[in-house]
Amino acid sequence: MESASIAAGAAHAHEHHGPPEAHKSSRIDSQLLGVLLFIISEAMLFGSFFTAYFFVRVVQNEPWPPDPFEFPVLVASMNTAILVSSSFTVHYALHSIKKGNRLGMQVGLVTTFLLGAMFLLTQINEYVKAGFAISDGAFASVFYGLTGLHGLHVFVGLTLLLIMIVRAYRGHFSPQAHMGVECAGIYWHFVDVMWIIVWSTVYLL
Amino acid sequence: MINPLRSEADAFRFTLIVGVLLAPIALVAIIWSTGAALAVAGGLAIGLVVGLFVLKQDEPKEKMLLGRRLEDRGDGRYRILVVANETLSGRALREKISQRGHSGEAQLKVVCPALNSKIKHWTNEEDAAREAAGTRLQALLSGLRSEGFDADGDIGDDDPVQAMEDGLRRFPADEVIISTHPPGRSNWLERDVVKRARELTDITVTHVVVDLDREGAGPTPAT
Repeated sequence: MESASIAAGAAHAHEHHGPPEAHKSSRIDSQLLGVLLFIISEAMLFGSFFTAYFFVRVVQNEPWPPDPFEFPVLVASMNTAILVSSSFTVHYALHSIKKGNRLGMQVGLVTTFLLGAMFLLTQINEYVKAGFAISDGAFASVFYGLTGLHGLHVFVGLTLLLIMIVRAYRGHFSPQAHMGVECAGIYWHFVDVMWIIVWSTVYLL
Repeated sequence: MINPLRSEADAFRFTLIVGVLLAPIALVAIIWSTGAALAVAGGLAIGLVVGLFVLKQDEPKEKMLLGRRLEDRGDGRYRILVVANETLSGRALREKISQRGHSGEAQLKVVCPALNSKIKHWTNEEDAAREAAGTRLQALLSGLRSEGFDADGDIGDDDPVQAMEDGLRRFPADEVIISTHPPGRSNWLERDVVKRARELTDITVTHVVVDLDREGAGPTPAT
């Protein structure tokens, strides 16, 4: 809703310069809306990579991955468990600060960060031991493209979490004001959901 | 439809649902084969769509707690939210407002939806619509204030029901008055605005029909 107060608007009608006031909805906070739109754009980016993935699989119509390559399904599955667990810990962090439990929030955020870092390090280790390079055919390009894109998002999520941890230890959040943790949490869940989809399609199907 | 990313808690719930849905697909893929997993995925997708459809049919329509509750009436003043646009200049609307609360006894908030064409709405070209709504609103507010009413107003969303909802969130009212043209000439009535407004909230929604032709006060040029 356009919250321009007419009383105020009339008084300043001749003094106002620049664009009209922002169109705001009372249904959703504008910061959350920003995160939502950002995540929608991110989902589209992943969508383009998935399109390439399915195109390669349908066009090649060969076993996935092609012989003699193999994906480390077990390691990837363990990584999935790690990342899913981190969704619970970030949720715990937010749940804690909503109840005024600052220590709980700090523990939740730090644990989430550690789990995320563990995921990323495991993925890097997987790349090192994969036995194929990005130039070893379309399948390898798609594999590294999709998992690498996701890894990049994990890195961004970790950076956000690190900022939130620093802010949490500086006492920036309260039960009433914790938008930063909320937005970082939403982003982290998005990263988690994307990984579940990447893991299911690339490693399992 | 609920936006799954409205809050972290919703996003967390969404993550769990995705995990639970993909777990059987993953299990079948590991234990059996990719083909079987795809079949399970297809079955789950169909089941999900059908389930959501059935749930939506059975879902009781909950009214939003948008209005003001009796126990919250600290100042004792009656609060009225008026939603109108072209009929803001109508005599019938003015009379209805006067009936509801005498000067000084009622607090008024007038929301004037910035009516716009669909194309202009989607292209964000709404300056003219806002200006027209603002002009009408200013005229009504001046009149109400000269009569001693405590009144102010906002320019609202171009959907009158959304404008009402937005208005009620900022101004918890005891009653909503929606003013429209007569049936047959009212675009709002064609869109069931009054009915939808009553479904949305459990506070009184009063419908006022303003026949500007009969009142002899032609409408302000439309947006």
